[in-house]
Amino acid sequence: MAVMSYLDAARAALAEEMRRDPLVWAVGEDLGRGGVFSQYLGLVEEFGPERISDAPISEAAILGAAVGAAMMGTRPVVEMRFSDFALCAVDELVNQAAKARYMFGGQTRVPLVVREPMGMWRSSAAQHSQSLEAWYAHIPGLVVVCPSTPADNKALLKAAIRSDDPVVYLEHKHLWPMEGEVPDGDHVLPFGKANIVTAGSDLTIVSWSAQVHVCATAVAALAAQGVKAELIDLRTLWPWDKETVLASAARTGRLLVVHEAVQAGGFGAEIAATVAEHVTARVRRLGAPRAPIGYAPPVEDAVRVQAPAIVAAALAMLR
Amino acid sequence: MPIPNLDLSRLRAQHRMMWRIRALEEAALRGLDEKIVLGAIHPSIGQEAVAVGVVGNLRRDDILLSTHRGHGHTLAKGASPDAMLCELFGRLGGNCGGKGGSMHIADFSVGMLGANGVVGANIVIAAGAAHAIKLKREDRVVCCIFGDGAINRGPFLEGLNWAQVFGLPVLFVCEDNGFAATTRTATMTAGGGPSARARSMGLVAEEVDGNDVLAVDTLARRLVAEIRAGGGPRFLHAHTYRLTGHTGADPATYRPSAEVEAARKLEPIARTAAILAEAGLAASDLADDRQAAEQEMLAAFLAARAAPFPDPSAAFTDVQDAGAPSLEHV
Repeated sequence: MAVMSYLDAARAALAEEMRRDPLVWAVGEDLGRGGVFSQYLGLVEEFGPERISDAPISEAAILGAAVGAAMMGTRPVVEMRFSDFALCAVDELVNQAAKARYMFGGQTRVPLVVREPMGMWRSSAAQHSQSLEAWYAHIPGLVVVCPSTPADNKALLKAAIRSDDPVVYLEHKHLWPMEGEVPDGDHVLPFGKANIVTAGSDLTIVSWSAQVHVCATAVAALAAQGVKAELIDLRTLWPWDKETVLASAARTGRLLVVHEAVQAGGFGAEIAATVAEHVTARVRRLGAPRAPIGYAPPVEDAVRVQAPAIVAAALAMLR
Repeated sequence: MPIPNLDLSRLRAQHRMMWRIRALEEAALRGLDEKIVLGAIHPSIGQEAVAVGVVGNLRRDDILLSTHRGHGHTLAKGASPDAMLCELFGRLGGNCGGKGGSMHIADFSVGMLGANGVVGANIVIAAGAAHAIKLKREDRVVCCIFGDGAINRGPFLEGLNWAQVFGLPVLFVCEDNGFAATTRTATMTAGGGPSARARSMGLVAEEVDGNDVLAVDTLARRLVAEIRAGGGPRFLHAHTYRLTGHTGADPATYRPSAEVEAARKLEPIARTAAILAEAGLAASDLADDRQAAEQEMLAAFLAARAAPFPDPSAAFTDVQDAGAPSLEHV
């Protein structure tokens, strides 16, 4: 075990995969200088500018080129800088990457990873803060990953690079400096296997990405009031671990899904509906209001799903 | 006057291939009439010289990306017409198992990485295919064909810039038939058009009469050789004319019949036949080329019409490895 940051864990994962497989390469704006958040710092020195490649500010070309390069047998890791900017490449991701294998009748695979730093990061405002993971989960053909810890960020990025499916890999910007223990060696996690962060019997809380840590604060506050909440970190939204969530909800009889994304049409709705269809349990969602994310801290915080709101929602379900 | 240094056997082969494309598309249109072509098809009748002149200069292991109007390109790259008509009819035995249809025909076994239902989308994908070839130090060339309407989409700028910046082995071919769907492209395009835009990004760009298969062939051969020698991307702008409507169902009443008739006089197969006749080829040989093509495509048509549809379970195959769908498990 080594202690490393969420950011360094991902960098280590990429470096290890690039050493293991010469067909893995990364491309995106500013990668030669380490990338906008330094996620690629030092990699160009080891792997050279062809495999840690700079790119013009051309999101459609970055992602579209990755589709072509993936169909030609390489394994591109695409950096989108901010998940918001990936919207400039929606055709390339949704109509091309996600569909090529199916519409060409299985003649090809598109093994690419799209890294999209997501989420609220103090005063980044409406075009640099969004959580759009539910959109991608809606698209057949895509895998959607939302790691919440350094260990998961390493193990899941390695899994994403080895996957033959196109993977939307959503790292949360707020978590970059977060430190944690990361297993040594070639540790890889399967997609669709949730992590039970805290076991409990009174209600089930399901979350992912940075919101898991806000939920953990809420779970501690609930424990102080004698409420035993089970906290499940979904880790991947597609595939998602229905088995673990359904079993937990069946046991506790209460499901609360919490996410940073806008509540309306969020992935929490899918989880709540699935649980309601399969087990006898009260279900509730807690997400952001359907409003853009503002710049000024009080405005920004007004749409943030914070621990007291989670505690209140949980207690309301227990009444 | 006879053309000096004419490679008669090459031109004859081009004449045959143009007839094969024409006959394939006539068979597809018959399929539309019989309602066994289920979706939209976009014929390239009148544009065959671009497909034959350009694609004929690619090796089998070179890569081709095409458009919604791609039957000719695909056949010229070596795809089987039997499989193509099965695909158009949505049948088993189609290139994509009947799951793609006309606009998503691909045949990876001959380096044909797909038609595309989104105008201009293939340009950035082609740049990436060429990027992979460069990374792998291969000597293959990528050929990306798109229409004149595609130059007004963002991926045109992004893809050409990308190919030029990275010095990639890709031939961009603008197959300019004058129409963006049913709108005259010139009325919706600022500036000097396809070649001028390519040159503005530093690409070598050349224009050619796209209904002159000899001219297209000569130019494409030179550009492909320059690309394969490491010269970076090239741009070929071929002027042609779409003798049919935008789709098989479009009567194209938005253009005067005199214009279409004038264009018909310039269509490439008759022009090629005239050159061959002048060079001494017998009229019966020219007729044989047509008849052989029509017989081949009739046989393919009848076989495809008799082929079964795919099983409904094909709806759930080749979606993805992780979290794949099934009937029971949405």
